[in-house]
Amino acid sequence: MQVNNEFKPTIVAFCCNWCSYAGADLSGTNRLNYPANVKIIRVPCSCRVNPMFILRAFQRGADGVIICGCHPGDCHYTTGNYYARRRMTLLFSMLDYLGIEKGRTRVEWVSAAEGAKFAATMNEFVETVTKLGENKRLEDLRCKN
Amino acid sequence: MQRIGVFVCWCGTNIAATVDVKAVAEALGKEPGVVFATDYQYMCSQAGQDMIRDAIQEHNLGGVVICSCSPRMHETTFRKTAEKAGLNPYMVEIANIREQCSWIHKDMPTATEKAIILGRAAIAKVHLNAPLTAGESPVTKRALVIGGGIAGIQTALDIADAGFPVDIVEKKPTIGGKMTQIDKTFPTLDCAACILTPKMVEAAQNENIRIFSYSEVDSVKGFVGNFHATIRRKARYVKEDVCTGCGLCTEKCPQKKVPNEFNLGLDNRRAIYIPFAQAVPKVATIDPNYCTMLKSGKCGVCAKVCTAGAIDYKQKDELIEEDYGAIVVATGFNPIKLDHYDEYAYSQSPDVVTSLEFERLMNAAGPTAGTLLRPSDGEHPHTLVFVQCVGSRETRDCGKPYCSKICCMYTAKHAMLCREKYPDTEVYVFYIDVRTPGKNFDEFYRRAVEEYGVHYIKGMVGKVVPENGKLKVQASDLLSNEQIHIDADMVILAAAIEPDESARSIATMLTASMDTNDFFTEAHPKLRPVESPTAGIFLSGVCQGPKDIPETVAQAGAAASKVIGLLAKDHLMCNPCVAEANELMCNGCSSCEKVCPYGAITYSDKEFPGPNRTRVLRRVASVNPAVCQGCGACTVACPSGAMDLKGFSTSQIMAEVDAICK
Repeated sequence: MQVNNEFKPTIVAFCCNWCSYAGADLSGTNRLNYPANVKIIRVPCSCRVNPMFILRAFQRGADGVIICGCHPGDCHYTTGNYYARRRMTLLFSMLDYLGIEKGRTRVEWVSAAEGAKFAATMNEFVETVTKLGENKRLEDLRCKN
Repeated sequence: MQRIGVFVCWCGTNIAATVDVKAVAEALGKEPGVVFATDYQYMCSQAGQDMIRDAIQEHNLGGVVICSCSPRMHETTFRKTAEKAGLNPYMVEIANIREQCSWIHKDMPTATEKAIILGRAAIAKVHLNAPLTAGESPVTKRALVIGGGIAGIQTALDIADAGFPVDIVEKKPTIGGKMTQIDKTFPTLDCAACILTPKMVEAAQNENIRIFSYSEVDSVKGFVGNFHATIRRKARYVKEDVCTGCGLCTEKCPQKKVPNEFNLGLDNRRAIYIPFAQAVPKVATIDPNYCTMLKSGKCGVCAKVCTAGAIDYKQKDELIEEDYGAIVVATGFNPIKLDHYDEYAYSQSPDVVTSLEFERLMNAAGPTAGTLLRPSDGEHPHTLVFVQCVGSRETRDCGKPYCSKICCMYTAKHAMLCREKYPDTEVYVFYIDVRTPGKNFDEFYRRAVEEYGVHYIKGMVGKVVPENGKLKVQASDLLSNEQIHIDADMVILAAAIEPDESARSIATMLTASMDTNDFFTEAHPKLRPVESPTAGIFLSGVCQGPKDIPETVAQAGAAASKVIGLLAKDHLMCNPCVAEANELMCNGCSSCEKVCPYGAITYSDKEFPGPNRTRVLRRVASVNPAVCQGCGACTVACPSGAMDLKGFSTSQIMAEVDAICK
């Protein structure tokens, strides 16, 4: 496949309301840059992320999906991030089997105080996905106008 | 389809400098369902809110999208605005185009494009919003304060003054905390014990305050207004209600070689002890690690001498269950361990002490009865070297990146007291910067230098070498660029302070968030400094960040006023964004119940229409909206898709995904 230098991947980031969304806000407050490709969807907890949402994102043409939650043990709802971790481990290995490389999916723990970590994670993730190139595997072209 | 209004905020230049707000409003105005789109300088201002209200009424809007700062900032503001205009507050969605767009991108076309996409996602979501009504939950009118230092005591006193019952849980045998170990306080040099101990007694005598000393919080369940805590009263092997605190047992106990933690191990105590004379409660405690009776069953001297019959070797830990409406964390701090700072020879020489140890050596109630003596030989020291920033403002892993805030001032205090009491001493202070922001602080520091002749030297100590009974201090003077050698009698290290080691486990228990240094995070760094982001959890004292006594007391009062504000309510509005089961789809499999951390899901048999006009009984789930906190774990666990979360429904999130990936 030809690597297009202009390729700008579409990245969907699911952030839990209590830690990671606040962490993302903090990286904004501190003016820490990360690429505009990352679009954040706020969810109450990482355990609200249904594997269906990720499949849907890939179906609609996302090139990478990242789920951010509180650090293990720090979940606002006590156990939510453990569920998310288990579910995503399963889903990501299945996606890998389907040909969606592991680099396109990630679970990351970002606390409300880790604005710098959020920006660094996003920079790194966008870089990884950019290298992997466009995602065609699950994309449903009928969904495009 | 909803009739939607879009409002794009400039936030002065915060958004407008990098996002073309007019272009965003224009682009979003063309989205399906959008009947009104505009932009304004400050949407959150009164004029901006009036504009939203008027537009809702004029255009008969069914949904509102505000493109502005983070929903964590102004979601509540705009929901209230919508409510005033007669729209259900949950028909408002925020597109975060400040923190997550204009502040992180520099290029205008990119930022504008992203803002439009974020706006589209919010519009897609608001189309599927449904009006929600918040329920109510009752408030337990009792507060729990974890930690009985000056922060915890002040918070408890203020809450109790307002007429609400408070429980203080303190892990040590007495309340009082670090302040009990301090001799004098800066910048007034008044006696710490004289201002603290009356407060301790006041707390003990206040009928609204219960003190659980030598106790720890085992577990906390529940949510704001309805916490349920289990408190472990550790066995002190002395009946608290019988012991008179006469102290006879602490004199007769044959086990004399127990390091006295109150004096930081500078002297010894007995195995049965009262930490200090003004302890509250003034009750003896047996240290099970040293008591020969508890270890081998042979001794029993304390029981023999106790005329009140208070000793009970068979005492067990006692668990107390109690409901609370609010919890205040006041867990305080400790100086860091100095294992990694052996260049100062802390482990090699007893004459190298921390500032807190020095505090005990200067204290009239300390191991030397207030006479400053070298710990190694009991001689009077002549040359003292103070080293500041030991572990503070340190980029190495073993140190702390933050300024501990109190060290500059207490070092000035120590130096001053030293020179005042012993004019024959030479006192040197090595510093990186002297930081004295605070009322009368700089004047105090200048007095130390000008009136008391303390030698302040800008520079760090490189090494301390114990040699021939002296401490050879090698340092550099950064201003004259000279190497300095001082033969000191004592070296005093201003060790950095860190949150108490229990703070991390308490944060986990309360699901309150912490920063990377294990200080508790506040809900908003400027506007909500005494509240944790977790509702019903409040912060008091150094557990939130380094601070001195006046600041701690001020914050304790602020935390108390927030608690009083909460406890004064009979009911709290619940979060209406809770889970809901679709009974027609539910097959009663219990998957949701297993993942629910709150036990909010129950099952009941309900009648449903069956084939051929029959009625069938089916087991279906139902969610208690007062208990559900809306995490959404059940929505994903449900195999039949019967469970959904209001406000964050599957279709709403899918719509957002679609809008972003378009």
